[in-house]
Amino acid sequence: MKLNKLTKTGVFKSVWIFLFSAALMTYACSSTEPMMDVDYTSPTVNSLSNVDSPTPDPRVGLGAGLFDAEEAIWNLNKLSSTPPPEAFLGVTNSDLAFKGKYAIQGNYNGVLVWDISDPANPVLVKDYLCPASQSDVSVYGDLMFVSGEGLSGRLDCGTEGVQQAVSDERLRGIRIFDISNIEEPEYVANVQTCRGSHTHSVLKDPNDDENVYVYVSGSASVRPEEELPGCSDMSPDDDPNSALFRIEVIKVPLSNPEMSKIVSSPRIFEDLKAPPTHGMSPADAIEIEKARKAGAFIIEFNGQETVVPDRFVAQLMTNALGVEGEPTAADSAALREQLPAIVARMFGGGDGDGEEDDRGGPTQCHDITLYPEIGLAGGACEGYGLLLDISDPANPTRIDAVADSNFSYWHSATFSNDGKKVLFTDEWGGGGQPKCREADPMEWGANAIFTIENGKMKFQEYYKLPAPQTSQENCVAHNGSLIPVPGREIMVQSWYQGGISVFDWTDPNNPVEIAFQDYGPIAADRMANGGSWSVYWYNGAIVSSEIARGLDIFELEATPYITQNEIDAANTVKLDYLNAQGQPKFVWPKTFALSKAYVDQLERNKELDNAAVKMARQSLANAEAANPKVRKKILTELADKMDGMASDNEKVKMLAESVRGLASNQ
Amino acid sequence: MPSAKKTLLINALLVTTLIFSACSSSKTTSSSNSENASEQRNNQPSIAELEEIYWARIDSSKMNFTEADVKFMTGMIGHHAQALIMSGLAPENGASPQVQTLAARIINAQKDEIASMQTWLRDRDQPVPEVHIDGLNLMIHGTGMDHSNHMNMAGMLSQEQLVELSEAKGKEFDRLFLTYMIQHHQGAVTMVKTLISTDGAAQDEQAFRLSTDINVDQITEIERMKLMLSKIESESKD
Repeated sequence: MKLNKLTKTGVFKSVWIFLFSAALMTYACSSTEPMMDVDYTSPTVNSLSNVDSPTPDPRVGLGAGLFDAEEAIWNLNKLSSTPPPEAFLGVTNSDLAFKGKYAIQGNYNGVLVWDISDPANPVLVKDYLCPASQSDVSVYGDLMFVSGEGLSGRLDCGTEGVQQAVSDERLRGIRIFDISNIEEPEYVANVQTCRGSHTHSVLKDPNDDENVYVYVSGSASVRPEEELPGCSDMSPDDDPNSALFRIEVIKVPLSNPEMSKIVSSPRIFEDLKAPPTHGMSPADAIEIEKARKAGAFIIEFNGQETVVPDRFVAQLMTNALGVEGEPTAADSAALREQLPAIVARMFGGGDGDGEEDDRGGPTQCHDITLYPEIGLAGGACEGYGLLLDISDPANPTRIDAVADSNFSYWHSATFSNDGKKVLFTDEWGGGGQPKCREADPMEWGANAIFTIENGKMKFQEYYKLPAPQTSQENCVAHNGSLIPVPGREIMVQSWYQGGISVFDWTDPNNPVEIAFQDYGPIAADRMANGGSWSVYWYNGAIVSSEIARGLDIFELEATPYITQNEIDAANTVKLDYLNAQGQPKFVWPKTFALSKAYVDQLERNKELDNAAVKMARQSLANAEAANPKVRKKILTELADKMDGMASDNEKVKMLAESVRGLASNQ
Repeated sequence: MPSAKKTLLINALLVTTLIFSACSSSKTTSSSNSENASEQRNNQPSIAELEEIYWARIDSSKMNFTEADVKFMTGMIGHHAQALIMSGLAPENGASPQVQTLAARIINAQKDEIASMQTWLRDRDQPVPEVHIDGLNLMIHGTGMDHSNHMNMAGMLSQEQLVELSEAKGKEFDRLFLTYMIQHHQGAVTMVKTLISTDGAAQDEQAFRLSTDINVDQITEIERMKLMLSKIESESKD
């Protein structure tokens, strides 16, 4: 550690302590009252490399039940668990949006509005019956948007479905509500789309205060042209107006939502020729190096190094070199030399960038996460993860694409707050299948973490729910959000009946689970659709939409892996509203909690030595107890010291900056 | 199987219940599921009553289906079963690692989907096709449907094509596997399209979801396989 070098000698430490004491004495002299060190408590912090997850994992073997299932919970407090109102019971609860003190929960029967100002006792203030799957919800200003994809959604919100394959009563697209009185939403407009709306994302252009844009992703089949003129499911080569290979962008005039309409259908997939695999993960690379040292045969296959299996080596010895029996060292050397040529003969050489006979690439996106503050969006589009430039909201353009042979179906994206990392999820099996069983590979139905370097995504590692689930539990990576702990990437995520997992992915190569909650299956003898559809952090509450069981609200529990200071600092972030597919940029006000959170992290990661940590904690405690004038002095002193110690350590600089900001607020 | 009329009647009853419940439950307060809390709300159903309503509603929602849905599920089980046979050949026939991964995924995904479709049929008291695979031979029992019905479905490989695939090795296997699996998957996509363009079909939430998931997964895999295939073909031209 660079800082340890600076402070490792006892002499150096003594100097600091001396200076610090001198500083305190100065304060004491300049103030009329004598200044003493106040008492403070230090949290216990532990490295994430050694998390004491409970063993055996209590999520394994939980008893089944709808409202009385067994439950395993670790490092989370459950504040409430509220069943759906009767009319929505037995009907799928879907995604969540938030506005002010309200959580808005989609349900295949309509929309539920909960007042969550007391998270221990959420109050249902509106149940709006208007069936459509999936009823994904978003808000902006006085408007609420709801997705309709299924065949039974009706323009008039009727519950009788639509029996005819072609009907002018069917709604597939976006419903728009006026929620200026959120307890009485008013249904004001619809925009019909060719594939309906599975999900959607609302984009507020920073340069346009009069409109918002809704990006519509539809994954169901294209509607017949007789039902919605202009809809075509032919290949775009045969019909340039095909509804395939595009997303829809709806422009919504905020003061006139009934004038909302599709303004463009960007073909962001055009000419996509991404490689069929991601690059080697760091762990793979280490394995290859190990194998190489152990004398294994390594070949380059599809641009990636692969260890040749022993069985194949034996075959090659016989077939290519005519070696019978045990090969000698010379045989091995000969094979090593000839291997590239043999592989090229067997599998074809070159990098395979031949011309495409068929149009490749996805026909649609599942979810697009918009992060307007950094001008980027993450598109999870069938077999690809896309990075989009959204600086022109009506005309997003693709800047990068990745594919991954382990990924079945790219579902959604979450950026790190600084936009330097992105996490994609793979909703393998569509969410209705049990993909977390013991035998299901940990790379399938997982998250993939990428760094973004010069506009290119670089694969780092997978993260999958570590607790195996039963075959009665639909389970795969699903929706989640960042928890705004400053200086770290912490995410809370739904895994359907796999429960909720909170994990740290600050180090993109080493995601670590730090909290979880899980119910047993809904039914012991059969697969009943259930589990957490989505879970998001919103102003200190962790709110989960449980498909069958209703609304669950949690809060984080302080542990050595996430301290009370870090939780308090996260809770200083206040959002006016939240749509999961529109990622907000977190900005932390300069508070004592923020500075203390950074100190905790510096201690946890051993980026500051004990004396410096102690000094920082004592200074912060003294400052907090002092009058504003003295407080300002103590904080300024501390900020100067931290700047002096920072060298090139980013976190120490962040601490210095936060302390200085705190000082200037006094 | 309920007639269309019966289905509508059941729907109408369900709708009435929903509307009634919606009216009686709007603007209510809710609270935690602790026993005390629910006891305090005298006019609210208890947790036990809610559970009863939940299962009753799940049961009644199962009656919202048509013959087209049943035909789709029954057919798709046989369709998926052939994909299992094809994919099962990959390890033995020297498929490349990429094709083996793909084949392993197809087996995992389609086995689970077969189970889901069997459950869907069982829940609705419909005949449940049981799949038996013996080498290249596919036998479907329990539906009274004869073998030729399965072979006539869109995208199904003929027995000759299956034999041809089973005899291909290495790179030729990869090429043929991808070619035939694209054909096979395209058939499944066609079957979904037929389903949703049938009056009254896929109104059932599970049927819609299953068919949509199959549609999306297979379209995604078709695109992936097309890329893999074009790569193989361009390499063999070198």
